[in-house]
Amino acid sequence: MSFPSDLKYTKDHEWAKTEGKTVTIGVTDHAQKALGDIVYVELPAVGRALKKHETFGVVESIKAVSDLYSPIAGKVLEVNTALTDEPAMINRDPHKGAWMVKMELTDPASMSDLMDAQAYTAYVATLK
Amino acid sequence: MLKRTALFEEHQRLGGRLIDFGGWELPVQYSGVMDEHLACRTTAGIFDVSHMGEFHVEGADAEAYLHYLVSNNVMKLADWQAQYTVLPNEHGGLVDDLIIYRYNKQRFLVVVNASNTDKDFAHFVKIQKQFKGGKADLRVTNESARYSQIAVQGPKAAEIVQKITKTPLAPIKTYWFADGTVLNGIPAVLGRTGYTGEDGFEIYLPWDKGAEVWRALMEAGTPLGLKPCGLGARDTLRLEMKYPLYGHELGDDTNPLEAGAGWVTKLDKTDFVGKAAIVRAKEAGLKRKLIGLRMLDRGIPRQGYAIYTADGAQRIGEITSGTQSPSLKQSIGIAYVALAHSAEGNRITVDIRGQKVAAEIIPTPFYKRPY
Repeated sequence: MSFPSDLKYTKDHEWAKTEGKTVTIGVTDHAQKALGDIVYVELPAVGRALKKHETFGVVESIKAVSDLYSPIAGKVLEVNTALTDEPAMINRDPHKGAWMVKMELTDPASMSDLMDAQAYTAYVATLK
Repeated sequence: MLKRTALFEEHQRLGGRLIDFGGWELPVQYSGVMDEHLACRTTAGIFDVSHMGEFHVEGADAEAYLHYLVSNNVMKLADWQAQYTVLPNEHGGLVDDLIIYRYNKQRFLVVVNASNTDKDFAHFVKIQKQFKGGKADLRVTNESARYSQIAVQGPKAAEIVQKITKTPLAPIKTYWFADGTVLNGIPAVLGRTGYTGEDGFEIYLPWDKGAEVWRALMEAGTPLGLKPCGLGARDTLRLEMKYPLYGHELGDDTNPLEAGAGWVTKLDKTDFVGKAAIVRAKEAGLKRKLIGLRMLDRGIPRQGYAIYTADGAQRIGEITSGTQSPSLKQSIGIAYVALAHSAEGNRITVDIRGQKVAAEIIPTPFYKRPY
Protein backbone atom coordinates (compact mmCIF):
# COMPACT_ATOMS: atom_id res chain seq x y z
CA MET A 1 0.00 0.00 0.00
CA SER A 2 1.44 3.39 -0.89
CA PHE A 3 0.14 6.74 0.32
CA PRO A 4 0.63 9.86 -1.83
CA SER A 5 3.11 12.33 -0.39
CA ASP A 6 0.96 15.37 -1.24
CA LEU A 7 -1.77 14.24 1.20
CA LYS A 8 -1.99 14.52 5.00
CA TYR A 9 -3.53 11.74 7.10
CA THR A 10 -5.46 11.05 10.31
CA LYS A 11 -5.54 8.07 12.64
CA ASP A 12 -9.16 7.56 11.56
CA HIS A 13 -7.86 6.92 8.02
CA GLU A 14 -9.07 10.07 6.32
CA TRP A 15 -6.80 12.07 4.06
CA ALA A 16 -6.70 15.83 3.40
CA LYS A 17 -5.16 17.67 0.47
CA THR A 18 -4.56 21.42 0.69
CA GLU A 19 -4.74 23.71 -2.37
CA GLY A 20 -4.76 27.33 -1.25
CA LYS A 21 -7.65 27.70 1.20
CA THR A 22 -9.46 24.64 -0.15
CA VAL A 23 -8.96 21.27 1.51
CA THR A 24 -10.15 18.09 -0.25
CA ILE A 25 -11.02 15.13 1.96
CA GLY A 26 -11.40 11.40 1.43
CA VAL A 27 -10.64 8.03 3.03
CA THR A 28 -7.40 6.14 2.59
CA ASP A 29 -6.61 2.99 0.67
CA HIS A 30 -6.12 1.29 4.02
CA ALA A 31 -9.65 2.30 5.06
CA GLN A 32 -11.29 1.01 1.88
CA LYS A 33 -9.44 -2.31 2.14
CA ALA A 34 -10.51 -2.72 5.75
CA LEU A 35 -14.13 -1.93 4.88
CA GLY A 36 -14.40 -4.22 1.87
CA ASP A 37 -16.98 -3.68 -0.88
CA ILE A 38 -18.45 -0.23 -0.26
CA VAL A 39 -22.11 -0.05 -1.23
CA TYR A 40 -23.43 3.13 0.36
CA VAL A 41 -22.21 6.67 1.09
CA GLU A 42 -23.85 9.54 2.90
CA LEU A 43 -22.22 12.96 2.53
CA PRO A 44 -22.95 16.35 4.18
CA ALA A 45 -24.90 19.27 2.76
CA VAL A 46 -22.97 22.04 1.02
CA GLY A 47 -22.53 24.99 3.37
CA ARG A 48 -22.37 22.92 6.55
CA ALA A 49 -19.73 24.03 9.06
CA LEU A 50 -17.74 21.16 10.54
CA LYS A 51 -15.60 21.05 13.64
CA LYS A 52 -12.45 18.97 13.65
CA HIS A 53 -13.34 15.28 14.36
CA GLU A 54 -17.02 15.96 13.74
CA THR A 55 -18.92 13.19 11.94
CA PHE A 56 -19.62 14.43 8.42
CA GLY A 57 -20.97 11.29 6.79
CA VAL A 58 -21.16 7.53 6.64
CA VAL A 59 -19.74 4.79 4.44
CA GLU A 60 -21.21 1.31 4.51
CA SER A 61 -19.77 -1.92 3.24
CA ILE A 62 -21.99 -4.95 2.76
CA LYS A 63 -21.34 -5.90 6.38
CA ALA A 64 -20.64 -2.74 8.35
CA VAL A 65 -21.37 0.94 8.93
CA SER A 66 -18.50 3.41 9.50
CA ASP A 67 -18.63 7.09 10.40
CA LEU A 68 -16.52 9.63 8.54
CA TYR A 69 -14.71 12.21 10.69
CA SER A 70 -13.64 15.62 9.47
CA PRO A 71 -9.83 15.92 9.67
CA ILE A 72 -10.08 19.73 9.91
CA ALA A 73 -12.35 22.57 10.92
CA GLY A 74 -14.03 24.13 7.92
CA LYS A 75 -17.07 24.73 5.78
CA VAL A 76 -18.32 22.34 3.09
CA LEU A 77 -17.92 23.90 -0.37
CA GLU A 78 -18.63 20.90 -2.59
CA VAL A 79 -19.45 17.18 -2.26
CA ASN A 80 -18.64 14.40 -4.69
CA THR A 81 -22.18 13.39 -5.64
CA ALA A 82 -20.85 10.80 -8.12
CA LEU A 83 -20.03 8.60 -5.12
CA THR A 84 -23.68 8.37 -4.18
CA ASP A 85 -24.40 6.57 -7.45
CA GLU A 86 -21.15 4.66 -7.49
CA PRO A 87 -19.83 4.02 -3.97
CA ALA A 88 -17.50 1.31 -5.32
CA MET A 89 -15.31 4.12 -6.70
CA ILE A 90 -14.02 4.44 -3.12
CA ASN A 91 -12.60 0.91 -3.43
CA ARG A 92 -11.08 1.62 -6.83
CA ASP A 93 -9.63 5.11 -6.50
CA PRO A 94 -9.67 6.18 -2.85
CA HIS A 95 -6.92 8.82 -2.99
CA LYS A 96 -8.13 10.73 -6.04
CA GLY A 97 -11.37 10.07 -7.94
CA ALA A 98 -13.27 9.12 -4.79
CA TRP A 99 -12.64 12.39 -2.95
CA MET A 100 -15.64 13.07 -0.70
CA VAL A 101 -15.85 16.76 0.18
CA LYS A 102 -14.02 19.99 -0.56
CA MET A 103 -13.89 22.34 2.41
CA GLU A 104 -12.90 25.90 3.10
CA LEU A 105 -10.35 25.77 5.90
CA THR A 106 -11.63 28.02 8.72
CA ASP A 107 -9.00 27.10 11.32
CA PRO A 108 -5.49 26.49 9.92
CA ALA A 109 -4.38 25.24 13.34
CA SER A 110 -6.71 22.26 12.90
CA MET A 111 -4.30 20.95 10.22
CA SER A 112 -1.30 20.90 12.54
CA ASP A 113 -1.58 17.37 13.96
CA LEU A 114 -2.15 15.57 10.65
CA MET A 115 0.44 12.99 9.66
CA ASP A 116 2.54 13.05 6.49
CA ALA A 117 2.65 9.98 4.25
CA GLN A 118 5.70 8.57 5.96
CA ALA A 119 4.23 8.87 9.46
CA TYR A 120 0.90 7.42 8.30
CA THR A 121 2.62 4.48 6.59
CA ALA A 122 4.42 3.76 9.86
CA TYR A 123 1.15 4.12 11.78
CA VAL A 124 -0.70 1.66 9.50
CA ALA A 125 2.16 -0.82 9.94
CA THR A 126 1.49 -0.84 13.69
CA LEU A 127 -2.13 -1.91 13.15
CA LYS A 128 -1.41 -5.42 11.88
CA MET B 1 -6.90 -18.31 22.33
CA LEU B 2 -9.20 -18.59 19.35
CA LYS B 3 -10.11 -22.02 18.05
CA ARG B 4 -8.92 -22.92 14.57
CA THR B 5 -10.35 -25.37 12.07
CA ALA B 6 -8.21 -27.90 10.23
CA LEU B 7 -8.34 -25.51 7.25
CA PHE B 8 -6.68 -22.57 8.99
CA GLU B 9 -3.53 -22.71 6.88
CA GLU B 10 -5.57 -22.92 3.68
CA HIS B 11 -7.35 -19.69 4.63
CA GLN B 12 -4.02 -17.98 5.29
CA ARG B 13 -2.59 -19.20 2.00
CA LEU B 14 -5.67 -17.93 0.13
CA GLY B 15 -5.39 -14.49 1.74
CA GLY B 16 -8.56 -14.84 3.81
CA ARG B 17 -9.19 -12.00 6.25
CA LEU B 18 -9.45 -13.77 9.60
CA ILE B 19 -11.77 -12.61 12.33
CA ASP B 20 -13.04 -13.82 15.69
CA PHE B 21 -16.37 -15.47 14.99
CA GLY B 22 -17.84 -16.72 18.24
CA GLY B 23 -14.42 -17.85 19.46
CA TRP B 24 -13.33 -19.28 16.08
CA GLU B 25 -10.65 -17.71 13.90
CA LEU B 26 -12.34 -17.83 10.50
CA PRO B 27 -12.20 -15.88 7.21
CA VAL B 28 -14.84 -13.20 6.78
CA GLN B 29 -13.77 -12.83 3.15
CA TYR B 30 -11.09 -13.70 0.62
CA SER B 31 -11.53 -11.79 -2.68
CA GLY B 32 -14.47 -9.73 -1.37
CA VAL B 33 -18.03 -10.40 -0.22
CA MET B 34 -19.59 -9.24 -3.50
CA ASP B 35 -17.30 -11.33 -5.71
CA GLU B 36 -17.69 -14.45 -3.54
CA HIS B 37 -21.46 -14.07 -3.30
CA LEU B 38 -21.87 -13.76 -7.06
CA ALA B 39 -19.50 -16.70 -7.67
CA CYS B 40 -21.73 -18.87 -5.48
CA ARG B 41 -24.85 -17.72 -7.34
CA THR B 42 -23.40 -18.16 -10.84
CA THR B 43 -20.83 -20.99 -10.57
CA ALA B 44 -19.93 -22.25 -7.10
CA GLY B 45 -18.52 -21.27 -3.71
CA ILE B 46 -16.62 -23.35 -1.17
CA PHE B 47 -17.03 -22.65 2.56
CA ASP B 48 -15.19 -23.93 5.63
CA VAL B 49 -17.99 -24.64 8.08
CA SER B 50 -15.97 -26.90 10.35
CA HIS B 51 -16.95 -24.74 13.32
CA MET B 52 -20.49 -26.15 13.18
CA GLY B 53 -21.36 -28.65 15.93
CA GLU B 54 -22.04 -32.34 15.25
CA PHE B 55 -23.80 -34.70 17.66
CA HIS B 56 -24.40 -38.43 17.31
CA VAL B 57 -27.71 -39.77 18.60
CA GLU B 58 -27.80 -43.56 18.66
CA GLY B 59 -29.74 -46.40 20.21
CA ALA B 60 -33.12 -48.17 20.03
CA ASP B 61 -34.85 -45.02 21.39
CA ALA B 62 -32.94 -42.51 19.24
CA GLU B 63 -35.84 -41.75 16.90
CA ALA B 64 -38.42 -41.33 19.69
CA TYR B 65 -36.02 -39.12 21.67
CA LEU B 66 -35.35 -36.77 18.75
CA HIS B 67 -39.05 -36.71 17.92
CA TYR B 68 -39.70 -35.48 21.47
CA LEU B 69 -36.71 -33.09 21.49
CA VAL B 70 -37.42 -31.06 18.33
CA SER B 71 -40.53 -29.46 16.85
CA ASN B 72 -40.52 -31.19 13.45
CA ASN B 73 -41.86 -34.67 12.71
CA VAL B 74 -38.77 -36.89 12.96
CA MET B 75 -40.93 -40.03 12.46
CA LYS B 76 -41.47 -38.93 8.87
CA LEU B 77 -37.79 -39.28 7.99
CA ALA B 78 -36.66 -42.19 5.87
CA ASP B 79 -33.17 -43.69 6.00
CA TRP B 80 -30.68 -41.32 4.27
CA GLN B 81 -33.04 -38.36 4.56
CA ALA B 82 -32.27 -35.03 6.25
CA GLN B 83 -34.61 -32.57 7.95
CA TYR B 84 -34.46 -28.95 9.06
CA THR B 85 -36.05 -28.19 12.43
CA VAL B 86 -35.98 -25.81 15.35
CA LEU B 87 -35.09 -26.87 18.88
CA PRO B 88 -37.55 -25.31 21.32
CA ASN B 89 -36.88 -24.79 25.02
CA GLU B 90 -39.44 -25.54 27.74
CA HIS B 91 -40.73 -21.95 27.61
CA GLY B 92 -41.58 -22.14 23.93
CA GLY B 93 -38.52 -20.10 22.87
CA LEU B 94 -35.68 -21.53 20.80
CA VAL B 95 -32.41 -23.12 21.87
CA ASP B 96 -31.27 -23.31 18.24
CA ASP B 97 -32.15 -24.48 14.76
CA LEU B 98 -30.48 -27.57 13.31
CA ILE B 99 -30.39 -30.32 10.69
CA ILE B 100 -31.02 -34.00 11.46
CA TYR B 101 -29.57 -36.68 9.15
CA ARG B 102 -31.05 -40.17 9.59
CA TYR B 103 -28.85 -43.18 8.78
CA ASN B 104 -31.51 -45.47 10.22
CA LYS B 105 -34.03 -45.43 13.09
CA GLN B 106 -31.26 -46.03 15.58
CA ARG B 107 -28.55 -43.74 14.24
CA PHE B 108 -28.69 -39.99 13.55
CA LEU B 109 -26.25 -37.16 12.89
CA VAL B 110 -27.40 -33.77 14.23
CA VAL B 111 -25.72 -30.55 13.07
CA VAL B 112 -26.06 -27.38 15.16
CA ASN B 113 -24.82 -23.79 15.09
CA ALA B 114 -21.19 -23.34 16.15
CA SER B 115 -21.81 -20.69 18.78
CA ASN B 116 -24.60 -22.78 20.35
CA THR B 117 -22.81 -26.14 20.39
CA ASP B 118 -22.14 -26.33 24.14
CA LYS B 119 -25.55 -24.91 25.09
CA ASP B 120 -27.31 -27.30 22.70
CA PHE B 121 -25.40 -30.31 23.95
CA ALA B 122 -26.29 -29.46 27.55
CA HIS B 123 -29.95 -29.27 26.49
CA PHE B 124 -29.72 -32.61 24.64
CA VAL B 125 -28.25 -34.23 27.77
CA LYS B 126 -30.83 -32.64 30.08
CA ILE B 127 -33.72 -33.95 27.98
CA GLN B 128 -31.97 -37.32 27.63
CA LYS B 129 -32.01 -37.63 31.45
CA GLN B 130 -35.75 -36.90 31.53
CA PHE B 131 -36.71 -39.05 28.57
CA LYS B 132 -38.19 -42.42 29.65
CA GLY B 133 -37.03 -41.63 33.18
CA GLY B 134 -33.43 -41.60 31.98
CA LYS B 135 -33.67 -45.32 31.17
CA ALA B 136 -33.89 -45.03 27.41
CA ASP B 137 -31.59 -47.01 25.11
CA LEU B 138 -29.83 -43.90 23.95
CA ARG B 139 -26.34 -42.51 23.43
CA VAL B 140 -25.91 -38.79 22.78
CA THR B 141 -22.36 -37.63 22.13
CA ASN B 142 -20.78 -34.34 21.06
CA GLU B 143 -18.50 -35.29 18.15
CA SER B 144 -17.84 -31.72 16.95
CA ALA B 145 -14.08 -31.90 17.41
CA ARG B 146 -13.90 -34.98 15.19
CA TYR B 147 -15.45 -33.40 12.11
CA SER B 148 -14.29 -31.04 9.42
CA GLN B 149 -17.16 -29.70 7.37
CA ILE B 150 -16.90 -28.20 3.89
CA ALA B 151 -19.86 -26.76 1.99
CA VAL B 152 -19.79 -26.51 -1.80
CA GLN B 153 -22.75 -24.50 -3.06
CA GLY B 154 -23.88 -23.18 -6.42
CA PRO B 155 -25.11 -24.33 -9.82
CA LYS B 156 -21.80 -26.14 -10.50
CA ALA B 157 -21.45 -27.61 -6.99
CA ALA B 158 -22.55 -31.15 -7.88
CA GLU B 159 -20.28 -31.26 -10.91
CA ILE B 160 -17.31 -30.18 -8.79
CA VAL B 161 -17.97 -32.52 -5.86
CA GLN B 162 -18.47 -35.43 -8.27
CA LYS B 163 -14.87 -34.94 -9.43
CA ILE B 164 -13.55 -36.05 -6.03
CA THR B 165 -15.98 -38.87 -5.22
CA LYS B 166 -17.04 -42.17 -6.77
CA THR B 167 -20.31 -41.98 -4.84
CA PRO B 168 -22.96 -41.13 -7.48
CA LEU B 169 -24.37 -37.73 -6.56
CA ALA B 170 -27.20 -37.44 -9.10
CA PRO B 171 -29.50 -39.83 -7.16
CA ILE B 172 -29.11 -37.75 -3.95
CA LYS B 173 -32.06 -35.37 -3.92
CA THR B 174 -32.28 -32.12 -1.98
CA TYR B 175 -32.29 -32.84 1.78
CA TRP B 176 -31.09 -36.41 1.32
CA PHE B 177 -27.55 -37.68 1.91
CA ALA B 178 -25.16 -40.55 1.34
CA ASP B 179 -22.44 -42.17 3.38
CA GLY B 180 -19.61 -42.36 0.87
CA THR B 181 -15.95 -41.69 0.31
CA VAL B 182 -13.94 -38.92 -1.32
CA LEU B 183 -10.49 -39.06 -2.94
CA ASN B 184 -8.76 -42.35 -2.07
CA GLY B 185 -11.28 -43.73 0.38
CA ILE B 186 -11.63 -40.90 2.90
CA PRO B 187 -15.01 -41.49 4.60
CA ALA B 188 -17.44 -38.64 3.91
CA VAL B 189 -21.07 -37.88 4.65
CA LEU B 190 -22.36 -36.15 1.52
CA GLY B 191 -25.49 -34.15 2.34
CA ARG B 192 -27.40 -32.32 -0.37
CA THR B 193 -28.09 -29.50 2.05
CA GLY B 194 -26.91 -25.93 2.50
CA TYR B 195 -27.50 -22.41 3.70
CA THR B 196 -27.27 -20.41 0.49
CA GLY B 197 -30.41 -21.14 -1.53
CA GLU B 198 -28.30 -22.87 -4.16
CA ASP B 199 -27.98 -26.54 -5.01
CA GLY B 200 -24.98 -28.01 -3.29
CA PHE B 201 -23.43 -30.28 -0.72
CA GLU B 202 -22.33 -30.16 2.87
CA ILE B 203 -19.51 -32.67 3.30
CA TYR B 204 -18.69 -34.09 6.73
CA LEU B 205 -15.15 -35.44 7.02
CA PRO B 206 -12.72 -36.73 9.62
CA TRP B 207 -11.20 -33.57 11.15
CA ASP B 208 -7.65 -34.24 9.95
CA LYS B 209 -8.72 -34.84 6.33
CA GLY B 210 -10.30 -31.39 5.96
CA ALA B 211 -7.34 -29.60 4.37
CA GLU B 212 -6.61 -32.39 1.89
CA VAL B 213 -10.22 -32.48 0.69
CA TRP B 214 -10.44 -28.68 0.54
CA ARG B 215 -7.35 -28.53 -1.68
CA ALA B 216 -8.72 -31.26 -3.95
CA LEU B 217 -12.04 -29.42 -4.31
CA MET B 218 -10.24 -26.16 -5.05
CA GLU B 219 -8.16 -27.88 -7.71
CA ALA B 220 -11.19 -29.56 -9.28
CA GLY B 221 -13.42 -26.50 -9.05
CA THR B 222 -11.23 -23.50 -9.80
CA PRO B 223 -11.29 -24.11 -13.59
CA LEU B 224 -15.11 -24.11 -13.35
CA GLY B 225 -15.21 -20.82 -11.45
CA LEU B 226 -15.28 -22.12 -7.86
CA LYS B 227 -14.23 -19.49 -5.32
CA PRO B 228 -13.53 -19.71 -1.60
CA CYS B 229 -16.24 -17.85 0.32
CA GLY B 230 -16.05 -16.39 3.81
CA LEU B 231 -18.56 -15.71 6.54
CA GLY B 232 -19.54 -12.41 4.90
CA ALA B 233 -20.88 -14.07 1.76
CA ARG B 234 -22.43 -16.86 3.81
CA ASP B 235 -24.46 -14.19 5.60
CA THR B 236 -25.57 -12.27 2.49
CA LEU B 237 -26.47 -15.52 0.70
CA ARG B 238 -28.67 -16.75 3.56
CA LEU B 239 -30.16 -13.27 3.96
CA GLU B 240 -31.32 -13.20 0.33
CA MET B 241 -33.19 -16.43 1.08
CA LYS B 242 -34.59 -15.11 4.40
CA TYR B 243 -33.04 -18.10 6.14
CA PRO B 244 -33.03 -17.26 9.86
CA LEU B 245 -29.77 -16.97 11.80
CA TYR B 246 -29.63 -17.61 15.53
CA GLY B 247 -28.81 -14.35 17.33
CA HIS B 248 -30.62 -12.36 14.63
CA GLU B 249 -34.01 -13.86 13.80
CA LEU B 250 -33.96 -16.60 16.46
CA GLY B 251 -33.29 -16.48 20.20
CA ASP B 252 -34.22 -17.88 23.59
CA ASP B 253 -37.50 -15.93 23.60
CA THR B 254 -38.46 -16.39 19.95
CA ASN B 255 -41.80 -18.05 19.29
CA PRO B 256 -41.22 -20.34 16.28
CA LEU B 257 -44.66 -19.50 14.86
CA GLU B 258 -43.76 -15.81 14.82
CA ALA B 259 -40.35 -16.60 13.31
CA GLY B 260 -41.83 -18.25 10.22
CA ALA B 261 -40.87 -21.70 11.51
CA GLY B 262 -44.48 -22.88 11.65
CA TRP B 263 -43.76 -25.26 8.76
CA VAL B 264 -41.35 -27.20 10.99
CA THR B 265 -43.40 -26.84 14.20
CA LYS B 266 -45.80 -29.78 14.21
CA LEU B 267 -48.37 -28.97 16.86
CA ASP B 268 -50.28 -32.15 15.94
CA LYS B 269 -47.45 -34.23 17.42
CA THR B 270 -48.40 -35.95 20.71
CA ASP B 271 -45.82 -34.01 22.65
CA PHE B 272 -42.45 -32.33 22.32
CA VAL B 273 -40.34 -30.06 24.50
CA GLY B 274 -41.94 -26.60 24.58
CA LYS B 275 -45.15 -27.65 22.83
CA ALA B 276 -47.44 -26.58 25.67
CA ALA B 277 -45.90 -23.10 25.82
CA ILE B 278 -46.04 -22.68 22.02
CA VAL B 279 -49.70 -23.73 21.98
CA ARG B 280 -50.50 -21.31 24.82
CA ALA B 281 -48.82 -18.44 22.95
CA LYS B 282 -50.75 -19.34 19.80
CA GLU B 283 -54.06 -19.42 21.66
CA ALA B 284 -53.30 -16.09 23.34
CA GLY B 285 -52.70 -14.66 19.83
CA LEU B 286 -49.42 -14.20 17.98
CA LYS B 287 -48.14 -10.64 18.21
CA ARG B 288 -45.57 -10.22 15.48
CA LYS B 289 -44.33 -11.75 12.27
CA LEU B 290 -40.94 -12.14 10.60
CA ILE B 291 -41.15 -10.31 7.26
CA GLY B 292 -38.90 -9.30 4.37
CA LEU B 293 -38.61 -5.69 3.28
CA ARG B 294 -36.89 -3.61 0.65
CA MET B 295 -35.91 0.01 1.00
CA LEU B 296 -37.72 2.42 -1.31
CA ASP B 297 -35.37 5.32 -0.51
CA ARG B 298 -31.62 5.36 0.10
CA GLY B 299 -30.24 3.54 3.11
CA ILE B 300 -29.31 0.08 4.35
CA PRO B 301 -31.31 -1.48 7.19
CA ARG B 302 -29.19 -3.06 9.95
CA GLN B 303 -29.94 -5.24 12.97
CA GLY B 304 -31.57 -3.25 15.77
CA TYR B 305 -32.94 -0.39 13.65
CA ALA B 306 -36.50 0.52 14.65
CA ILE B 307 -39.44 0.21 12.24
CA TYR B 308 -42.35 2.67 12.17
CA THR B 309 -45.60 3.04 10.27
CA ALA B 310 -45.42 4.82 6.90
CA ASP B 311 -46.34 8.13 8.55
CA GLY B 312 -43.62 7.58 11.17
CA ALA B 313 -46.09 7.93 14.06
CA GLN B 314 -46.07 4.47 15.58
CA ARG B 315 -43.22 2.10 16.31
CA ILE B 316 -44.17 -1.35 14.98
CA GLY B 317 -41.02 -3.45 14.84
CA GLU B 318 -37.30 -3.94 14.51
CA ILE B 319 -34.78 -5.07 11.89
CA THR B 320 -33.08 -8.41 12.61
CA SER B 321 -30.75 -8.54 9.56
CA GLY B 322 -30.11 -6.26 6.62
CA THR B 323 -27.69 -5.62 3.80
CA GLN B 324 -27.22 -4.38 0.30
CA SER B 325 -28.19 -7.50 -1.66
CA PRO B 326 -25.35 -8.39 -4.04
CA SER B 327 -27.70 -10.32 -6.36
CA LEU B 328 -30.52 -7.79 -6.46
CA LYS B 329 -28.42 -4.60 -6.11
CA GLN B 330 -30.99 -3.38 -3.63
CA SER B 331 -31.17 -2.77 0.13
CA ILE B 332 -33.12 -5.54 1.83
CA GLY B 333 -33.91 -6.50 5.39
CA ILE B 334 -35.55 -9.08 7.62
CA ALA B 335 -37.61 -7.75 10.53
CA TYR B 336 -40.17 -8.50 13.18
CA VAL B 337 -43.25 -6.37 12.59
CA ALA B 338 -46.48 -6.20 14.62
CA LEU B 339 -48.94 -8.66 13.08
CA ALA B 340 -51.48 -5.94 12.18
CA HIS B 341 -48.86 -4.18 10.01
CA SER B 342 -47.15 -7.22 8.49
CA ALA B 343 -49.04 -7.71 5.21
CA GLU B 344 -47.04 -7.88 1.97
CA GLY B 345 -47.24 -4.60 0.11
CA ASN B 346 -47.49 -2.54 3.31
CA ARG B 347 -45.47 0.66 3.32
CA ILE B 348 -43.37 1.21 6.44
CA THR B 349 -40.39 3.34 7.49
CA VAL B 350 -37.02 2.33 8.95
CA ASP B 351 -35.22 4.63 11.37
CA ILE B 352 -31.72 4.95 9.88
CA ARG B 353 -29.59 7.22 12.06
CA GLY B 354 -32.59 9.34 13.01
CA GLN B 355 -34.14 9.56 9.53
CA LYS B 356 -37.32 7.62 8.82
CA VAL B 357 -36.68 6.07 5.42
CA ALA B 358 -39.47 4.54 3.30
CA ALA B 359 -39.60 0.78 2.83
CA GLU B 360 -42.04 -1.86 1.65
CA ILE B 361 -42.89 -5.35 2.91
CA ILE B 362 -42.31 -7.79 0.04
CA PRO B 363 -42.64 -11.55 -0.57
CA THR B 364 -39.66 -13.75 0.25
CA PRO B 365 -37.28 -15.34 -0.51
CA PHE B 366 -35.80 -12.16 -1.95
CA TYR B 367 -33.81 -14.26 -4.42
CA LYS B 368 -35.09 -17.18 -6.46
CA ARG B 369 -32.58 -19.33 -8.25
CA PRO B 370 -33.14 -19.63 -12.00
CA TYR B 371 -32.62 -23.43 -12.21
